[in-house]
This record gives sequence, C-alpha cells and structure tokens, in this order.
Amino acid sequence: MAPEKQKEKVNQVLKKHQHDESRLVDILQDIQAEIGYLPKEALEEAGKGLGVPLSRVYGVATFFKAFSLTPRGRHLINVCMGTACHVRGADKVLESIEKALKIKTGQTTKDLRFTLETVNCVGACALGPMVIVGEDYHGEMTPEGVAAVLKEYN
Amino acid sequence: MAKLKSPGELETLRNQITGQRDPNKTVVTVCNGTGCHAHGCQAVTAAFQAEIGKQKLGAKVDVRATGCHGFCERGPLVVIQPQGIFYQRVRVKDVPEILTETVGKGNPVERLLYTDRASGQKIIKEHDVPFYKLQKRLVFGNNGSIDPTSIEDYLAVGGYAALAKALSMSSEAIIAEVKKAGLRGRGGGGFPTADKWQSTRSAKGDIKYVICNADEGDPGAYMDRSLAEGNPHSFLEGMIIGAYAIGAHEGYVYIRNEYPLAVRHVAAAIEAAEKLGLLGKDILGSGFDFSIKIQRGGGAFICGESTALMASLEGRVGEPRAKYIHTSEQGLWGRPTNLNNVETWANVPMIINNGADWYARIGTAGSKGTKIFSLVGNIVNTGLVEVPMGITLREIIFDLGGGIPKGRAFKAVQTGGPSGGVIPESLLDLKVDFDELTKAGSMMGSGGMIVMDDKTCMVDVAKYFVTFLEGESCGKCLPCREGLQQMKAILTRITEGRGKVSDLKLLEELSATLQAAALCALGQQAPNPVLSTLRHFRAEYVAHIRDKKCPAGVCKLGAAKKK
Repeated sequence: MAPEKQKEKVNQVLKKHQHDESRLVDILQDIQAEIGYLPKEALEEAGKGLGVPLSRVYGVATFFKAFSLTPRGRHLINVCMGTACHVRGADKVLESIEKALKIKTGQTTKDLRFTLETVNCVGACALGPMVIVGEDYHGEMTPEGVAAVLKEYN
Repeated sequence: MAKLKSPGELETLRNQITGQRDPNKTVVTVCNGTGCHAHGCQAVTAAFQAEIGKQKLGAKVDVRATGCHGFCERGPLVVIQPQGIFYQRVRVKDVPEILTETVGKGNPVERLLYTDRASGQKIIKEHDVPFYKLQKRLVFGNNGSIDPTSIEDYLAVGGYAALAKALSMSSEAIIAEVKKAGLRGRGGGGFPTADKWQSTRSAKGDIKYVICNADEGDPGAYMDRSLAEGNPHSFLEGMIIGAYAIGAHEGYVYIRNEYPLAVRHVAAAIEAAEKLGLLGKDILGSGFDFSIKIQRGGGAFICGESTALMASLEGRVGEPRAKYIHTSEQGLWGRPTNLNNVETWANVPMIINNGADWYARIGTAGSKGTKIFSLVGNIVNTGLVEVPMGITLREIIFDLGGGIPKGRAFKAVQTGGPSGGVIPESLLDLKVDFDELTKAGSMMGSGGMIVMDDKTCMVDVAKYFVTFLEGESCGKCLPCREGLQQMKAILTRITEGRGKVSDLKLLEELSATLQAAALCALGQQAPNPVLSTLRHFRAEYVAHIRDKKCPAGVCKLGAAKKK
C-alpha cells in the first residue's frame, strides 16, 4: 500500500473514533486491519492526529501481542497454545507447521503467503489442538494433518 | 421500534412478541458458538434454511441460530424444540432427513442421537443427556434457546424485567439485595460484589464508571466468551442495574479481540438496547441515563487485571499499579470505578427477579449460586458446565465429564487458570467453592478446569504455566519480571535432566519472594502452579533430578547429554 493511501486509511480510522486518544488500542486494531500491519508512517500519523507523542503510540503498539510492526503474510496462522490445546499436543502441531513452512513462530514466509503466530486461547478448547488460518477454525489438528490444511490457502 | 418510555410499555411489547409466537411451532435450534463454528455449524444452519424453503415448511418450522450450548465436544448441535430432541455431530447431508422424519413424522433419526457411555443406550431428549442432566443452568440456560442477535428473543424469555424492577427500587435496596444473595465475583478474586458496589457508590465524585471485564485471558477458560456471544443482553442488563445502584452513567465492555463473534454480538446488543431506550437517556422513563461503549483488547493477559485494564482503556500501555488506593475510589481516569466480569454481571438480573433468598439457597455457606466451568483437557465430554457451588470435583469430572478418554487414568485437575494450582486424585471429593479450592492450594479463578491424565508430566505442566506467565508479565515490577525468568530457567533445566537437588529449595524461595513482593496478582499468584505441583507431585520432580527420568514419558531428558 502506498504511503499516501496508508495515511488516508489512518485518518479514516481516527475519524471513526472521533480522534479520541483513549481509544488508542482500538484505533491501532483498526489501522492494522486496514493496512495489514502497523508501518512506522502509520504510527506517526496516528500520533499526530491524536495529539499524543509517538513514544506512547509505539509503547502501546509494541506492548500488545495483537500488533505487528512488520508486514504480514496474506494468511495469518494462529496456533492455539492454550492449556487445553497444550495437553493435547499443540506444540507438536506448531513444530510441524514451522517445518512445513521453513519459518519460526513470529515469522513470515518469503513469498508473503503465511505469517505464523501463536495465541493463548481462542475458547474452542473442545476441539484442541486448534489452528486458525485467517477466520477459519481448524480443530483436532495433528502434526500429520497440517499439510492438507496449508494447501487450502494460496 | 420506538423507545420504551415506561416499564408498562416494556411489558406491552413483551406481550406483543410472545403473543405473535406459537409456543407449539417447531423451532430447529442450531448452536452457532465458536466451537460449533469449527465443526461447520454455519453450513448446517444454511442447509436447514434452504431445505425448509424447498420443502415449503416455512409456516411450520423456524430455524434459530443460537449461542453456545456448552457441549462443544459433540458439535454441531441441533435441538428440535419444543420437544427437546437432541442431535449431535449433525452434518449438512443429515438436514433433509431431520426435516422429513423428525419434523414431518415425529420420528427420531437414530444415528444422530447421543449414546450414553455407561448404558450404551441412545438418548432422545436433551435434558436426559448426563452432561446436561446434572447441571443447573441458571445463567447459561437461555443460551441454547435464543438468537443472541435478537432482542425480541431476549424479551420473550423475560429479559429486562429485572431492570424495570430495579429502577423502581432504591440504590440501597438493590445493593442490599445483592449482598443478601451473597454474590461473589466470578472473575477470579471472589470478592463480594455488593461490597464493591457499595464502596464505589460511597466514593466521592459525581462521575463514576462501571466496567465489564470480558478480557477472558485464562487459556482453557471460555465461559465469558460463550455468554457474551450467546446471551449478551443478560450481562448488559446486569451492568445497567449495577450502574443505577452505583450512580454511574458511563460504562465500558473491555473484550478480547480474539473473540470476534462476541465483539459483533455485544455491539449489536448495545445498539438494539439503545433503540428501545433500555440504554441511553432516561431509561424506561426513570430519568436514569446510562450508555455503554465497547473497547477491544490487544491480546495481553495482564489486561484482565483491573488497573492494567483501566490503563489500557485510557489508551495507555496495560501496566498495573499498586492498589493501596482502590479502583472503587480512583479507577478509570482517576474516578470511582466498579469492575466485574461477564459472568458476575449476568448473575445480577436473576437475583433481582427472583430475590436474594431464592439465590442464597443455591450453593455453600460462603459461595452462593452456580458457577460455569470450562471442562477441558483429557476429558471425554469437553465443554461448558454450569453447576451449583458445592458440587464435588469427582462429580464434575466423572459424572458430567464422563471421565478420562482412551482408558487412561486420572492424574490431576488444574483449576484457576495459569496462576491456579493442580489438585490430585486424593482431593477429588473436595466440594468446589471459593474457599475450599484456596485451601487445597489452588483457586476458583474464572472457572477453567483442565483435566490431566497419567501421560501428563507435572514438571512440564509447571514449566508450561511459568513460561506462559513469564511471557505475559508486563515487566513493570522486578520480582515478577526477573523471578519468573529464573523460575522458567530452573524448570527448563529440570525437564532437560540438568536439575540439581538444591533447585527445589530455590524454586520455593523464589516463589515466596514473588508472593510477597510482586506488584499485582499476576506475579503474586504466579508461583501457584509450581508450589502446588511441588506439594502434590514432589516425587516427580525428584525423579527428574535424581534418576534423570520423566515418569510420564513427556520430557526429553536426553537433551542434556547432547549439550
């Protein structure tokens, strides 16, 4: 996305939240949803628009797990590492995805197809281990079943 | 719909809604909670709608996408009302047969019925299934029968009647009623709700806030998600009543962004309530104003802590502060603030409707009412269960939960979230309430219950929780930031076969430091998983250290030799 376009998106989001600085977490959520991640320019623009120092915007953007300051892949994979998934072998599922994509958790594939992250619980414990790709929930995952799921996404 | 200007108008609307509904008309309810989503419930719901159109059954049957029924293990769940015929693991291909056989001719479809594990018999009715039969679903009960996006559905089951009643009462009378009921906070602390309300009410200042904590951070706990998703008006109604009693005019729902469906349903519910004048200015003509805003969380566990949550609500980093000044005096923006979680708020309308005496009859001496637990891990029936306080762990795990799968043996149950503790088999007859769980070295927490079988290594479990908490520690205070790192390092070397006998003492020392000196509950309670596993499973630690063996076969102790 071009820098100008990014600025425009940021300002749309700020307007939606009435430039209310108390809504910073929500604002960053929306900016990230629009742009895909939080580029430096977007953080600067948000700080300017809200009248808060960049240090605070940066502080919040790096404190919360939900935010990424680097570009992310077209499909975000979240492997649930919640307790219920853990006792059912979520770490082995994660390992197998890392191997299949040749990236570590937190990284993005070179072709920007996938970003791999973990989440602490999505509340679908009955179906653990859970793997969420975009908005699709894949339950009862096994290390062997990973390949078939990844194939569904381009 | 126009705004309702009095309790009388609310009743008129309710009568209109119920009057238009034929109680004998067949309703196919399909669970559309997150668990069933993963099982493909949306396609099943759509298939019912399409097939009803095709078979021209629209006049005879309604389809309703409801909230979570709790029995996630067997999803997608379908219940045919009013008969209560219960189908599980329903697929799209089953839909035409259900409509022709069950709806058309009244015959159950055998293969979709639930089979009782003990007797091997098929069970037709939902309320006869052991998983449901032993529950007392007071808070959770309407989840399965209403469409969470329809305020009419909520009104049809008596919704907002408690609000109308409360608005005719004095603030003191409401707080007295909640006190007499003995309601305690369901979010973890177990603090008496009425006392919190009273101190916020008495605190100096004209502007006060109420907050609903829907940032359910405990991994393996999802009762608040299911309530927010499946019956959002129930806790919103509780919040409005609480705000009226406290004298607050603004409220916030702080909700996890990892729960997208819940965020959507709560937003829709607020909008619907505003349209009817149940939120906003001059609620039901009482002169009381109250509005609610939603804020989404950013995926930080610490933001379940009240002061960290409030910092985040102010648009700052979610770090807690010391609480020698209570949030009831200086909370959000330095104003008196009352915070309760979703389940606590959802208990309030019931208390107002039925009275404190009715409520206080349920539960134990110190813990009243019911509690929703999420029963997960190595258990046959995974799902949400609402049970009266005082039920034993054994009843929950074996009678409701169906015991341990794959013929394995029970080893421990972990309650209270990451900073809770493990409870061994010898304590299974413990009556579950706030005080008994604390005595056993664990806690109620928000109600996560993770069952572990004999293939689970307790040192690994302690390491898992300490690793989780170390990652979620905000880093503000030293005992938590550094202490958890050290505990993680020690536990890691034990699980890799490099542990020393002196490590156990070191773990206990570090634990004592955290308990005494950490700034907030996250750090103070973080040693619980270590201390409780040491207390009940010390031999397993010793086996790792002295014999270089993991009795459960989980830890790769050989890893140490290679290094």
